[in-house]
Amino acid sequence: MSFSNDRLWLWLGAACYLAGFALGTLSMARKKPHSRAVMYFIVGAGYVFQTMGLYLRGAAVRGCPLGNQFEILQFTGWSATTLYLLVGATFRLSLLGYATSLLSAALAIVSLSIPSLDTTRRVGIFGGNPWIEFHAALALFSYGVFALLSLTSALFLIRHSSLKNKRLSGAFAFLPSIVDLDHISLRLLITGVGLLAASLAVGSVWWFRDTSIVNLSKLLITAGIWLAYAVALALRLGSLLLPKRLAWVCIILFAAALISLWPVDASRNLPPKADSAADHSPI
Amino acid sequence: MSEREHTASSFFVLGADHHTASLETREKLALSADRLNSFQLQIEKLSGLSELAVLSTCNRVEIYGVADSPVVIDRVQEEFCTSCNLSRSQLEPIRHLATDRDAVAHLMAVASGLESQMLGENEIFGQVKSAYQAAQARHTVGPVLNRIFQKTFQGAKHIRTHTGITVGQISVANVAVDLATTIFGDLKSAQVLLLGAGEIGEKTAVALRSRGAESLTVSSRTLTKAMELATRFGGAALPFETIPVHLHKFDIVVCSTSAPGAVITLFTATTALRRRPVHPILFIDLAMPRDIEPGVAKLENAYLYNLDDLARIAEGNRAARQAEVAKARSIVAERAQAIWKQIELSSASLGHGRPGTATALTPQPPLPGLDRGASST
Repeated sequence: MSFSNDRLWLWLGAACYLAGFALGTLSMARKKPHSRAVMYFIVGAGYVFQTMGLYLRGAAVRGCPLGNQFEILQFTGWSATTLYLLVGATFRLSLLGYATSLLSAALAIVSLSIPSLDTTRRVGIFGGNPWIEFHAALALFSYGVFALLSLTSALFLIRHSSLKNKRLSGAFAFLPSIVDLDHISLRLLITGVGLLAASLAVGSVWWFRDTSIVNLSKLLITAGIWLAYAVALALRLGSLLLPKRLAWVCIILFAAALISLWPVDASRNLPPKADSAADHSPI
Repeated sequence: MSEREHTASSFFVLGADHHTASLETREKLALSADRLNSFQLQIEKLSGLSELAVLSTCNRVEIYGVADSPVVIDRVQEEFCTSCNLSRSQLEPIRHLATDRDAVAHLMAVASGLESQMLGENEIFGQVKSAYQAAQARHTVGPVLNRIFQKTFQGAKHIRTHTGITVGQISVANVAVDLATTIFGDLKSAQVLLLGAGEIGEKTAVALRSRGAESLTVSSRTLTKAMELATRFGGAALPFETIPVHLHKFDIVVCSTSAPGAVITLFTATTALRRRPVHPILFIDLAMPRDIEPGVAKLENAYLYNLDDLARIAEGNRAARQAEVAKARSIVAERAQAIWKQIELSSASLGHGRPGTATALTPQPPLPGLDRGASST
């Protein structure tokens, strides 16, 4: 296998994420916290390999690699890892590296192990328009943020349950404080909503120029997801949505967003109504 | 100075601790700064005693030294008895004496917290370090004690890092503080309300303070008492009857009143949480009968822990630490053996007498404090 093979690098990335997951699992089984620096290094190494793989894929397709479900899953995992590498260093949340490595490993391995996800890919989906490409990349990056948000939300719910049930030892001892988890979730929510809003704003410039290129189902699903997250954010900022309920909402919304990728992606495979410009809107 | 003064053959520890000595006896044994000084001045004069360090804490008094014969150790013991106004017959049943490798193992077990009343506590490590530094300042340590103490510190650190003997808090007050950090992370900005003036409540407040909580408010049925406590903790006092109005301003509420009924009702807590819906409140109820209605635990953003809950967590942590003792002791034995071997080798290379041959001064009965195998009598 050649080093110019993108899948080789992506497999190496997946192996690193798996190693991070194994390290976290092992340290929990041994009831000893793992070194945050080691976890950061392992996930960082996975990120470098994955970036290399995506770069090679991007170079081959001459654009952002978002042409099929394989690439979308890889890009989502890559986005979540990017955020972890930024957030993890700043907030030093324990278990976040473990959770990120689990998520990224799962996304990478699923995408690499199912050949049908990568058998075909659309070409010229952005019509050579860098703004549409930017719109698509931003949208998927926001999905990465929401992926990380769903992880911090899950950690929040586990921490909340452990506190309510008065179980604080064992693996629960490694969890971050509930207030820290709430704060980081709120920041991720603001970031995700902001990125998706920016993505929609960039896309809308082109849609308004020619409404015939708009794939209505895609637009509705994407706008609906953004709106749901934005409403959750507004309610939380207005203290109307309690942290525990917000955590559930974020998990459910991410599951919905992830599931919606399939119909959205499938809708792009339909024959264009007028011309190939119908595929210019990726999400 | 005799030829054997630098050999390790007569490294010894002589002392007593909470394992065998009652609180009253420990009070007699305790060496205050003045007494410690005069005691050290006395025994430093002993010929045949080449090195010396004294560890004196509330739970133990131990003399570590290098003596060239059991007779010298006997004289150290005599001086110690004199210093504490105890007869030899009073001291011997409670004292422990170990030499050579066993004494090294004992020192390492002490520094690791394995011999502490609260297994695995951290303070003892600093106390042993201070004792060593004090001995260095007095110029009473030499090649043997220097090596033994320094290697012991490394060993104790290793044990604390690689075993679970320090994991989890084992006192109710510290468990409560750990709980607070589990919820709030950094306690610096946490607003703490201390309700009542119970002893355990005070201890918890002190523990919270020591872990960074800066804002402390005290409330008691008697405002004067609340003000007294507030002054002591550098906090503010709050009239008892105004608690329902101000409860929403606090993140951590520690209750230890002697009120016959609930001081914080479900209604009071619900009202407070409504005024701060996204910010949790930790209620710590240390009172008996309880100060907080149990229904408060069901409120979404409230975390309620009572005395039993905290005691259960402390007990669980204690059991977990206990389960690590065997592992820690095997590291102690291994490391003590290695340190002693090094001492023997360096003694041999210096051409001193064969180490490891020292015996205790007189035949001793089995020492209850040294069921750790430290007796070399």
